[in-house]
Amino acid sequence: MKKFIGKRAVASAISLVGLVVLVFFLSRLTGDPTDLYLPVDASLQAREQFREINGLNDPLMVQFGRYVADLAVLDFGNSIRRSRPAIDVVLEGFAWTLWLACVTMLLVTFAAIVIGSLAAFRVGGVFDRIATFFSLIGASAPDFWIAIVAIVVFAVNLRWLPTSGTGTIWHWVLPVSVLFIRPFGLILQVVRGSMIGVLSSAYVKTARAKGVRNRPIIFVHGLRNGMLPVITVIGDQAAGILNGAVVVETIFGFPGIGKLMIDSILQRDFNVVLAAIMVSALAIFLMNLLIDLAYAMLDPRIRY
Amino acid sequence: MTDHLLEVCDLSVEFHTAGGTVKAVQDVSWHLDRGETLAILGESGSGKSVSASAIMNLIDMPPGKITSGRILLNGADMLKMSAEERRRINGARIAMIFQDPLAHLNPVYTVGWQIAEMMTTHGTPAAEARNRALALLERVGIPQPAEAMVKYPHQFSGGQRQRLMIAMALAFKPDILIADEPTTALDVTVQAQVLALLEELQAETGMGLLLITHDLGVVAEIADRVVVMNSGRIVETGNAAEVYSNPQHPYTKKLIGAAPGKGAMPEERDRGGEPLLRVQNLSKHYGAFHALKGVSFTIMPGETVAVVGESGSGKSTLARALLRLEEPSGGQAFYKGRDLVTMAPRDLFGLRREIQMVFQDPTQSLNPRMSVYQLISEAWAIHPEILPRGQWRARVAELLTKVGLSPDMAQRYPHQFSGGQRQRIAIARALALEPRLIVCDEAVSALDVSIQAQVIELLEGLRREFGLSYLFIAHDLPVVRDFADRVIVMKEGEIVEEGTVRQIFDAPREPYTRALLAASLDPDPEVQARRREARLAEGLLTA
Repeated sequence: MKKFIGKRAVASAISLVGLVVLVFFLSRLTGDPTDLYLPVDASLQAREQFREINGLNDPLMVQFGRYVADLAVLDFGNSIRRSRPAIDVVLEGFAWTLWLACVTMLLVTFAAIVIGSLAAFRVGGVFDRIATFFSLIGASAPDFWIAIVAIVVFAVNLRWLPTSGTGTIWHWVLPVSVLFIRPFGLILQVVRGSMIGVLSSAYVKTARAKGVRNRPIIFVHGLRNGMLPVITVIGDQAAGILNGAVVVETIFGFPGIGKLMIDSILQRDFNVVLAAIMVSALAIFLMNLLIDLAYAMLDPRIRY
Repeated sequence: MTDHLLEVCDLSVEFHTAGGTVKAVQDVSWHLDRGETLAILGESGSGKSVSASAIMNLIDMPPGKITSGRILLNGADMLKMSAEERRRINGARIAMIFQDPLAHLNPVYTVGWQIAEMMTTHGTPAAEARNRALALLERVGIPQPAEAMVKYPHQFSGGQRQRLMIAMALAFKPDILIADEPTTALDVTVQAQVLALLEELQAETGMGLLLITHDLGVVAEIADRVVVMNSGRIVETGNAAEVYSNPQHPYTKKLIGAAPGKGAMPEERDRGGEPLLRVQNLSKHYGAFHALKGVSFTIMPGETVAVVGESGSGKSTLARALLRLEEPSGGQAFYKGRDLVTMAPRDLFGLRREIQMVFQDPTQSLNPRMSVYQLISEAWAIHPEILPRGQWRARVAELLTKVGLSPDMAQRYPHQFSGGQRQRIAIARALALEPRLIVCDEAVSALDVSIQAQVIELLEGLRREFGLSYLFIAHDLPVVRDFADRVIVMKEGEIVEEGTVRQIFDAPREPYTRALLAASLDPDPEVQARRREARLAEGLLTA
């Protein structure tokens, strides 16, 4: 097990290095931040000074060398825009997104598993048809559209909910609901498919021959077996949100890492972009590790 | 009228499928009393399991539908009970065990939990259930029961898993135990032990045992009465010994006639000249595990050599290593004087056509998306020197006729055939390459007895016609007795005994061979009774 985790960590570290190199040079292709941060009529001298302060005058390779050397002591550099350490800015945003992802995925997972399992129990029944209908709509709904319609209906017209921001619990309702829809539709389909297979398996027949009640048949005998393919999709969807629910965060003005990343790219705030990408990558690595461990936990036949 | 313990009256069950309504059983009636063993004997598709599924409320409705009949448990009609009443009977009063215990045990829960669940489901407190589960494991002969409680099904052997199923089924000392092909997937010696365990437990508890089987030998070993089923109807019923010695219905006669192991054993033939295949010291290791520990034997042209042994004896590994489906770890195998083991892949490619393999499960070994024509002609696409494309169609038709199928079946797909027909297709495919040697890995094991006899006859005919040699890997001794010239007995990766069929079956030297023969079941209840006595006297096998 330790060996497995170690191997995965090494593999992830290697891809992380590649990612840093790639993003470092690609982001510099977008142009010089000086043009964005100083007024159009700023003097040449002021521009020169700005470049000097932010280390933009040195050759690219020197800049990269300096960046890596700082990185080695966990210094991610400063945000040009905010004049604060980039990593602080990123971690603040990431904390918001992490909350958003956790709340959304907990709700999605719970709802999709319960509804999907019950739909699979009576395939072709009324409940199954309704669940399948809505999950298909959910899985194929464009979230930017839903988000805007939701703002128009619930915030602008009905005035039940705030349009954007994070002040109260009511601010969370719209972003979470919009983020909920697509993973819910998708995961419900996977749960249903997986559970249909599991519920027709031989060991479920044994359970019925033992006189086990329907509820434990579905949620004890069935679910633990049916969860294996589901976990992969849950992880994938959660990683998607962690990576920045860019559209939803932007529309709802939610200060998460997705919005931060887009803003920083547009502002050529290179250090923030790099730090954000590293944090997301690390989160996705941990996420995948968690999925693998969950596999081993659910199925005793899987050992690393 | 006194009530029987369990009585099925005029039961008819239909299944509504896309292809129309299938009448699975029609007007089936039988009964079971305390302490009695009733066998329902039939081939696949005979509907022998359907009445048991109806008793356990395991038929999915729809697509299934019970159109008529009653199932009386101590006189009360179960079909009129509520689902909850039925649930309370399941496990507590009527329990069931199945053919494939690995698939029928939940892979993700410990066996201790699963056995205890049988009791907690019906209201036993958890702590007491655990204690009783432990005692049950001990009773059915699981070694180190305390450790076994926290293990998972995949950590046990096949025979142990069936013991676990039995322990679970008997948790409540049910009135009735339904055993659906309980020993079909097990080795003969293990089969004998499991049947003996069932008998012991029956004597202890006085339960009625309903045994569903396709195997006349199992009926002979354990059943008091037998019900013979064919295409959803009961064709004959009566005392097991009487039905065997004096079958009335033509189907029963056919079934008994098809039982292997009755024919005359082949005379020894002198086959001078060069052996077709000479295997020397062939070995295969998987890490530290030695699956094959240096095996040597020869096959002459036109000879059938059977390899018998229990699971784990290395007999399938032998076949796979010979064909280099897995790379051997050492040794030689000279085919017409050339060593298959060290041969370069390109040379091996040419030889592959001369050595073909027929696998156990034709459902899995035939690509379901290819038509029969494609399946057979694919061989010539790979080895184009055999046949020009223009003659493919005619040759496929010829091969299909040869294996007893009709040429117009060439456009069909594997799922449109029965198991026996599929195995014929697999044989036709092997024949397309005009091989000299066919390796049959349990090629008839999954087939019904009557179909098995037909396939064996087909192989025999092909041997006569083309002078083919067979390496016939099997665990079923009667079939081997009918078909092979020589027998190799394997145990734990080694050959323990080798000889002609006559030597092995009439005068086995090794205790292991004797144990195998003693455990193999004869369809004749009288022979079987004598064997049992001998077995008990010799103490070769004890449950």
